[in-house]
Parts: sequence; C-alpha cells; structure tokens
Amino acid sequence: MFLKKVAIVGAMSAVLGTTAMACEIGARVSIIGNEFPAIQTVGAEAAACTGAEITKNLTSEHNEINLPGVTSGEYTAAILANSSIVKMMNDDVILPLDDLVAKHGAGLQSSQLIKIDGKVMAVAFMANAQHLMYRSDVLADLGIAVPTTYEEMLAAAEKIRSAGVMENPVGGAYAAGWNLAQEFNNMFLGYGGSHFKAGSAEPNVNSEAGVNALNMMKALSEYMNPDFLTHDSNATNAEYRAGNIALLNMWGSRAASQTTTEGVTDAVKNGHAIAGPMTVGGGSIPASTLWWDGWTVSKNISDAEAEASFIALMNGIRPDLMADEAIRTQAVWLIEGYQPTDAAIGVFEAAKMGTTPYPMLPYMGLMHSALGAELGDFMQGKESPEQALADIEAAYIAAAKEAGFL
Amino acid sequence: MRHTTFFWFFLPTATAMLLFIAAPIVSVVIQSVFAPHEAVFIEVESCTPLVGCKTETTIDQEATRALKEAQPLGRFVGLETYFNRGHLAVAEVRELWLNEPDWSSFFNRLGNLPFYRAMAFTLTFTFIVTPLVILVGLMVALAVNTVHERLKGVVIFFSLLPFVITPLIGALVLFWMIDARGILGTAIQWLANDPDLSLKASTGMMWVSLIVYGVWHAAPFAFVIFYAGLQTLPLDQIEAAQIDGASRFQRVRYVVVPHLMPLITFVALMQLMDNFRVFEPIVGFNAEAHAQSLSWAIFNDLGGEVQQLSSAAATSVMTIIGVAILLSPVLYRTWRDNRRAA
Repeated sequence: MFLKKVAIVGAMSAVLGTTAMACEIGARVSIIGNEFPAIQTVGAEAAACTGAEITKNLTSEHNEINLPGVTSGEYTAAILANSSIVKMMNDDVILPLDDLVAKHGAGLQSSQLIKIDGKVMAVAFMANAQHLMYRSDVLADLGIAVPTTYEEMLAAAEKIRSAGVMENPVGGAYAAGWNLAQEFNNMFLGYGGSHFKAGSAEPNVNSEAGVNALNMMKALSEYMNPDFLTHDSNATNAEYRAGNIALLNMWGSRAASQTTTEGVTDAVKNGHAIAGPMTVGGGSIPASTLWWDGWTVSKNISDAEAEASFIALMNGIRPDLMADEAIRTQAVWLIEGYQPTDAAIGVFEAAKMGTTPYPMLPYMGLMHSALGAELGDFMQGKESPEQALADIEAAYIAAAKEAGFL
Repeated sequence: MRHTTFFWFFLPTATAMLLFIAAPIVSVVIQSVFAPHEAVFIEVESCTPLVGCKTETTIDQEATRALKEAQPLGRFVGLETYFNRGHLAVAEVRELWLNEPDWSSFFNRLGNLPFYRAMAFTLTFTFIVTPLVILVGLMVALAVNTVHERLKGVVIFFSLLPFVITPLIGALVLFWMIDARGILGTAIQWLANDPDLSLKASTGMMWVSLIVYGVWHAAPFAFVIFYAGLQTLPLDQIEAAQIDGASRFQRVRYVVVPHLMPLITFVALMQLMDNFRVFEPIVGFNAEAHAQSLSWAIFNDLGGEVQQLSSAAATSVMTIIGVAILLSPVLYRTWRDNRRAA
C-alpha cells in the first residue's frame, strides 16, 4: 500500500516535472507587477522556467517604477490592469503580441486577449470588480433583504443603526486620493454619467450625474466610521473583520481572504456573504467598474528576451494550475478550465449585469488624480457638490493642458 | 593658503557639489519649462474580457513619433506651468481678487487652490514646529544634564528614540495610537467626555496631531545638539552667576542661552528647511484630505497613472525658492556677523 502511494507520488511528480521541464527559455526575463496573491502565483510559476535568469519584482509600489523600467528594457514584462496599461500605450513602450500568441499562445482563450486597434497588447488572466459584501446574520436578524441598490443600502443602514446593532454599519474605501476617486467613478457611472464629452478629452463630470453621485456618497458617509477619509481597502476590511460594519462595496479580489485572515471573529466568519454590485438612482448599470489584470511584454528589448518573457508568463497562467484548489480561490481567473468558487460570484454577477469597464483612455489617469485631490473638501462638508465638481474640472483641465491632451 | 593649493583642495568638493547639487537643480529647472507634446488621438476598437469590443480613444503613435524625435524635451512652455491652476494659479487668483466681496471669502476661496492650500499648512507647520522643537530640545537637554552620571547613557538613548525611528514608521505608530480605538484616541475621548470625538475626522485636530508628531520627531535632534553644547559651558560662569544671586531661570536665560546661541541658529536653520519639506507625516497619517504640502504635491504628481513630470518639476523649483526665502534672514545675519567679526 505504502509502495503504491510512493509510486503514485513519484509518477505525479514526474508528470509535474515534465510540465516544468517543458518551460525552457533562452534569454533574460524580468517581471514587474503588483503583489496580491494571484499575481504572486503567476510570478512564481513564471519563475519556475529554466534555461536563463528570471527575476521578478512584485510590489505594491509597482506603479511608480513600471513605466521607466519597461521603457528602458530593465523589465522585460509587466503585470498591469486596465488602468495602468494606458500609460504604456501612451508612451508606446509595449510590444504587440500577435506573432508570439500565434507561436506560443496555444491554450489561451480569445477572451483573454486585450486587443487595441486590432493588435493584441496584453494577455489578461483575471477579472476584478467592486461589489457588495455583507453580514447575512445581521440582515436576517432585522428582517432586511439583501440590498440591490444604494438606496436600499441606506435604508438597511438606518435600520441597523436604529436597532442599536451597529453605530456605523456602512463601510467603504473612502480614503482621500485614489480610493475616494474610484468610489466616485463607480457612483458616477451608476448614475449614467460619462467622464468626458464624447470623442474628446474635455471633462464632463460637472453634471447632474456628478451632483447625484456626490450626494449619494455624502449620504453613505453619514453611516460610516467618522474617520472614513483615512480608510483604504485594508482599513475598511479590518473594520469588517472586526465586526464593526455590516455592508460594504469591496473588491472581488479580496473576497476569498475576507474571512481567512487571523483575528476574524466567528460571527463575521459565519455571517460573511457576497452579492453582485448595486445599482443607484433607478439605473440598470451597476455603480461599479469592471477590471482585468494581465501581462504585457516590453518593446525596447531583444526578440529573444520578448519571446522568453512570453513563454515564462504563459507558464505562469497555464490551464493545469486551475486544478489547484488554493490557486483557484485566489481570483476570478479568465484561464481555461477555471471553475468559479463561491468567492467569485460577485465579479461574475458584475459582468452579467453589464458593469462598465474602467475607462482605458489616455487622459483617464489625470481625471482620477484630479478627483482624488479635490473630493476631500466636499466629503468634509466644506463646499457644495457643484463647487467640488467645478474644482475637479479646473484641476483636470490644468493637468490635461500641461500633458498635451487639451 | 596659496590659490593653487586651495584649488586642488576644493576640487573634489566642487565636483561633487556640481554633480549632485547643481546638475539636478538645472535639470529640474529645464524640465519645468517644457511640457509633453500635444497628443494626436485616434478612435480604435478595443476588446476586453467579459465585455467585448467597443470603440475607444488612444494616442496615434505614428503621428506623435516624428514630433517627439524632433524635440525630445517636449514643447517649450516657458513659465506657463508655474502660473497654471496647479501652481501659482495667477488667473484664478486675479479673478478671486476682483470678484470676492471681502477678505474672509477671498482667503476661503484661495484655500481651494492646491498651491495655496499646501502653503497654508506648510507655513503653519513650519512656524509652530520650529520654535517648539527648539524649546522642547533645550528643556530636555537641561534636564538630562542634571541627571546622575550613571543614568545619563540610558536617558540619552531613550530621549533620542523618536529621532532614530524612520519618520514614516513613527508617523504610522502615532497614527494608530490616535485612532478612535487607539490608546491615545480613547484617552482623549475620555478626557473630553465625548465618545464620538475623532482626531482623524476634523481638519483642526489633524493639524494638531501632525504638529505634535513634528515636535515629537525632531525634538531629539535639537536635544542632542544642545546637550553637546552644554558640555562646553564653562562652569565658572555658572558659579559666578550663582554667587551673584541669579535664580535657575536667570542662569539659563542670561548665561546658558547666549552660550548656545550659535547652535540655536543652526537648529533653527535645519528645522526651517526640514519642516518646509514636511511630507512623511501626511502620508503616514493618511492626512491628504486635511493637510497638504509642496512635497506631498510633488509625490502626488508623480504617483498617478499619468506622471506629471513638468508639474512636479515646477513644484520642486518653487520648494527650492521657498526654502531660500525662509533661510534668507538667518543667512543674512550670519553673513553680517561674520563680516563684523572680520
């Protein structure tokens, strides 16, 4: 019996060994990317290739260094999202991958290919979206239905507060800066807004949708911890795990680890539930954005390095990884053979409901920065929504003119 | 010293200063008067997972390549970046000046512009923290100087700790302590008898917290310099003052402080420079909604998805000018004293 086990294990490791052996590269590979678990997996599997040196730099500060690193060819590949591929496109530093896809791309699904102007510019491996997470036990105790709109979320929050269960039942990553701007994007798109005038870089946030979005954010913040302007995703999740909040709009990529971290109370573990994103103002499109994470290959490197990078990263997203339960739960993978886990329903629901993808426009980054810098005053009640939106447009216009977009 | 000897002595220093101080400043100044080329847009079809294909705008690389190769620095904009809304906001300020009915609404609206908002906090921080650091540093130095010889080492070590801790880490430590559930936050709620009080939610309290952090972090720097200065204080002067019947306060005021004056000037100079560049506590305290500084603005320009290099360069040049203006009175005094001595 024991020998049989040994034989099976031996055979399996031989099989795994051959898959690893299959990944042979002939030139230097160097990868830059974010550091969350799914990307760690892709990076580690890519680095398992043999034949040449592979380095990876997976850090939360990747956005500060990836553009110069890719431009100079220091990094041969970058793991990006739909927000960050834009600057690579703006500076024309990433390689169209069509030839490499034809040569080494067997096993990729057509939905994984990010095509811009007919050329494959990136290979996506996971999807992400913000959606509702909630405490089913708290809602059930008070007889509250799971909210599907932000208006219902407000009503539910009022019930929870007035029942004395929680003082501040709503959570959200409302930290001033990138996070707060992202929450505005969600709400603004949910109200049917569009950030720019059609076909131009002219801003279009100072509109009815903008005012509605700000008023809804302000209303929600009344039910949040008073320190909400300092709470990023990590701090918001800490509040949730500690059992201080019952309703929050949170990233799908964090769904699986929401109850597995150390120190989560039993009540939260048992009551944790997720649902699709919410709509707002009677709209049908969710107040959320759809994201993908994928990888690109640098342009300013040798052909051999580009090919090696492609082969290594293909090994990082090969379909047989989807058989591993631990890897499967790390993300909503776009890889063939992926069976969605319970943690994935929020993101799939977001896709099904027609959530708008985060805009891949050359000037969206400047708009996001302007929103992040100017929304804080409004959220503190220091100015009117109209004034805040006028400030945002003025700040954006100054930046866009300087960048040559206007 | 002969001129040639001086030249060879000074050459390594001069080279290093040229390479590491002058060259970067020149590069930043050049960067600030150029901006990226005007982008040419085209509409293309882009396809993404779970969504499908749609038309989106992107930059026409073919069209912009020739332009970029002809002028790699970008287009020359002169001082335009300095005067736009993100910096001195000349047009906006003029409009406020003409349209706002009174001073309070003028300053209120002025604080809405990023540069003036940043300056309001930066100057408040600089002019409150600098004197407090000198005062606290002096008090600690005087106190430590009277401690028993055997305990001195330990006391000095602990007094220096805030300065030894990495600024960002120190800021984070304090940030969690003043949280509504932290040890200091809860204590303040209990003292004020207000369970909803949150230091992080109000601008005024956040400024106070940042200033307390600034003093806490930099006081050991002043302390260690003053303490070193106290070791050079001639005992006979103190004894003479004692015999003349000077109280402890009078001895400090009329003997110790004048003796330490050059060091106080030095600490003031360093602190003015450091505090004008306040940055770490704003990041560590997640305080950007309440307090911004010029350094934070540079960080913010470079941290977005689209890096605003020209804007960051202009803010950097303005920071250098700001530091020069702040230091000029002290530098002028030192120069005058030197000339008088010579």
